[in-house]
Amino acid sequence: MDVLMLSRIQYALTTVFHFFFVPVSIGLVLLVAIMETMYVITKKDQYKVMTKFWGKLFLINFAVGVVTGIFQEFQFGMNWSNYSRFVGDVFGAPLAVEALFAFFLESTFIGLWIFGWERLSAKVHLLCIWLVAFGTTLSAFWILTANSFMQHPVGFTINNGRAEMNDFFALITNGQVLVEFPHTVFGAFVTSAFLMAGISAYKMLRREDIEVFRKSFQIAIIVGIVSSLGVAFSGHSQAQYLVETQPMKMAAAEGVWNTTAEKAPWMLVGGIDTKMQQNTFEINFPLKGLLSYLSYGKFTGSVTGMKELQAQYEQKYGEGNYIPPVKTTFWSFRIMVASGMLMIALSAYGVYLMFRRKVEQAPKWYWYAMMYGIALPFIGNTSGWIMTEVGRQPWTVFGLMTTADSVSPSVSAGSVLFSTITFTLVYTVLGAITVILFVREIKKGPGDEHSHDDHSNDPFEMEELKHAIS
Amino acid sequence: MLSLNEVWFVLIAVLFVGFFFLEGFDFGIGMSTQLLARNDMERRMLINSIGPFWDGNEVWLITAGGAMFAAFPNWYATMFSGFYLPFVALLLALIARGVAFEFRGKVGHSTWSKTWDMCIFFGSLLPPLLFGVAFATMLKGLPIGADMEMHAGFGDIINPYSLVAGVTTVMLCIVHGLMFAALRTTGDIRVRASVMAGKLLIPLAGLLVLLAILTSVYTDVFTVRGPILIAIAVVGVIVFILAGYFMKQKREGWAFGMTGGLIILSIASVFIGLFPRVMVSSLGAMYDLTLYNTASGHYSLKVMTIVACTLLPFVLGYQIWTYFVFHKRLHEKTHLEY
Repeated sequence: MDVLMLSRIQYALTTVFHFFFVPVSIGLVLLVAIMETMYVITKKDQYKVMTKFWGKLFLINFAVGVVTGIFQEFQFGMNWSNYSRFVGDVFGAPLAVEALFAFFLESTFIGLWIFGWERLSAKVHLLCIWLVAFGTTLSAFWILTANSFMQHPVGFTINNGRAEMNDFFALITNGQVLVEFPHTVFGAFVTSAFLMAGISAYKMLRREDIEVFRKSFQIAIIVGIVSSLGVAFSGHSQAQYLVETQPMKMAAAEGVWNTTAEKAPWMLVGGIDTKMQQNTFEINFPLKGLLSYLSYGKFTGSVTGMKELQAQYEQKYGEGNYIPPVKTTFWSFRIMVASGMLMIALSAYGVYLMFRRKVEQAPKWYWYAMMYGIALPFIGNTSGWIMTEVGRQPWTVFGLMTTADSVSPSVSAGSVLFSTITFTLVYTVLGAITVILFVREIKKGPGDEHSHDDHSNDPFEMEELKHAIS
Repeated sequence: MLSLNEVWFVLIAVLFVGFFFLEGFDFGIGMSTQLLARNDMERRMLINSIGPFWDGNEVWLITAGGAMFAAFPNWYATMFSGFYLPFVALLLALIARGVAFEFRGKVGHSTWSKTWDMCIFFGSLLPPLLFGVAFATMLKGLPIGADMEMHAGFGDIINPYSLVAGVTTVMLCIVHGLMFAALRTTGDIRVRASVMAGKLLIPLAGLLVLLAILTSVYTDVFTVRGPILIAIAVVGVIVFILAGYFMKQKREGWAFGMTGGLIILSIASVFIGLFPRVMVSSLGAMYDLTLYNTASGHYSLKVMTIVACTLLPFVLGYQIWTYFVFHKRLHEKTHLEY
C-alpha cells in the first residue's frame, strides 16, 4: 500500500478511537459537575458518593482521551505535511487557541479537582469541576472550528499558493461550525447519559446500591432525553446546511444518483451500485417529499443527484472523480440516524417511568435494553464522523485541496506502515484496559470509596496539624 | 521593536523552555521512581508529588506544537514529518506514561503496577532523550531541500553529537526531578534525593562541558551568536556552582531553582543559537528554514498575538495558583490519590 492509503487508514483508526473517549469526557464531566453541585447545595453524603464513583470512571476515560489527543495534533505534521503547509495559517490558529484556552484549563483544574478534595473549600472545589466541564466543551468548539474549515472553508484568501486567514471572526462564526458544534456536543452529552443510564441499569438489575443508581439513572435520563432531541434537531439543521455547502455529500448520504422530482422521496434502505451509478432497489418512506423536507425544511424542492454534481464539479475543478465512497456514506448516515432514533425512544420511556415514579419497578427488558444501549451513542458518533469525513472525499478542504495532495512527501510507506501497526496495537491494548478497568470499578461499586475516605482523613488532619506546629 | 514573526519565535521558545522547566522535573520524578525509590510507598509518594501538575505541564508541549502549526506551518510540517519515527517513539512514550499514572493503582496486583512503573520510567526517559537529539540535529543541520522537505537518514538524526545532547537533557531532568523530590517530600527519601542529586552534579558538569565543546565543533552557533552564548555559559557556571552550594546547605527550594535555571539556560541557548533560523539545512544556507520563510501571514500572527496576550496571564495565574495550593510536603501518612 502507498503512503496515502496508509495515512488515511491511520487517520481513520486513530481519530475514531480518540472519539470513543472525547464524548464521554465532555458529557461525563458535566454529569459529575451536576452531582457535585447537588452535593454542595444539599450537603447530602449520597451525592458525594455519586460524584466520586462517576468521577473515577470519568478520570480513567479522561486519561485515555488526553493521551490519544496528543497524536491527533501531531499527525497533521507527521502524515499530512503538505496539508499543514497549505492551511496552517488558517487551520493552525484554532488548534493553538484550543491548547491555550481549553487544554490548559482542563488539565490544570482536573489536577486541582483530583487532589483538592481536602485542600480546597467545597465551593472552590466545585468551581474546579465546572471549569473542567467548560474547558472540555470549549475544546470541542475550537476543534470543530478547525474541522468546519475543512467542510466549508471561509475567512481566507489564496496567497502564494496557500490559504491565508483574512477574517478570524468569519472562521469562528462559520455556518458549518454553528450547526456542527451543537450536534457534536449534544451527541457527547447523550453518550455520557447513555453510559451512566446503562451502568445504572446493570446495577438496578442486580439490586445493588439502588439509591445511588436510581438517582444516577434519573439524572442521566433527563440529560439523555434533552440531548438526544437536541442531536436530532441540530442534525436536521446540519443536513440543511449540507445541501447548500456540500451537496455531493448529501446526495451520497441519500443515495441520490439522478436529480429528484419536486417531491423527493426519502429512501429508507436501498442497494447502491457504484459501478453502474444506480440503485438496484429502493425502499422509500411512505411520506412523499420527506427528503425535500430534510433538505429544505419544506415538502417540495428537488435534490440534485450525484451525476449532475459530478458534471458541475468537473467544469469547476477539472477532470476527476468527485463522487465520494457512496456506500460508506449512505450506510453510515442510516446507522447514525437509526441509533439516534433508538436513543430518543429509550430515553423517552425512561422519562415516562421517572414521572410515574416507577423507575424501581421498570420491566427487565428495559434495563437490558439500556445496558446494551450503551453501544448506541458510540455507534452513532462513529458513523456520524465517518459520514462527515468520508463523504467529503476526495477533498481534505472542500474545493481547495484533495486528500491525495495533502500527504507528506518525505515520509516512506514503511514508516507509516510501522506506525499504523504500532498505534493500532497500543490503542487496542488501551481500549481493552479501559473496558476492564471500567468493569472492575462498576463491579466494585461506590461503596468502598466512602469507608476509605473516613479512614484516611482524620488521622491525616492530626498529622498535618502536628506537622504545622513543629 | 520586534516583528510579529520574532514575537512568535520568542513565544514558542518560551513555551519549550517552560515545558522543559516544568515537565523536566516531572520527567525526572518519573525516572526517580526507579533510580531513587526503594519500595512501593516511596514510588507512590514520588508519583503523587507531581500528581496535580504533570497534566498541566504537558500542555506546554501541546501548546508549543499548536503554536508552531499556526505561526510557522512550514517549520511544523518539516519538523514533524522529517522526524517521523522519533516522533512516533515520543508519542508512544507520552501515551504510556500518561495512562500509567491513572492506571497504576487501579488493580492491586504487583505485575500490574510493575508494568505501569516501567511505562512511567521509559515514558519519562524517552521524551527528553528524543528532544535532546532533535534539538541538536536542528542546530547541526539536516538535509532540507528547496521544497522544505527533510529527507533525513539514520546518521543525520543519530550521531555522537545528538546522542550526547540527548543524554545531557536526560541527566538535567533527573537532577532537576531529584531536587523536586527533595523539595516535596519528608524524611528518608528527602535526604536521599538531595544526596543523589549532589552526586550526579559531577557527571552532569562533564556532560555539559562535552556538549558545549561538541556544539562548537559541529555547529556554527558560537560564530553566529558567540558573545551572548558565552555570556550564557558564564551564567550557567555560576548557576551550577550555586546549585551545588544550595544542595550542601539543604536549601532545597533554592537548589531546585538553580537546577531549573540550568534547564532554562540550556533550552534558551538552543533557540538563541538557531535565531533567526528555525531549522538549519545541511544542504546549504539558502535552504535554511527561518522565522520568515516558514511563517503564517501577518493577519494570522496578529490575531493570535491578541489571543495569546489576553489569555496567557490567566493561564500563568491559575497554574501558579495550583503550585500554591499543593505547596505542602508529602509524607507517608498523606492521603495519596495515585
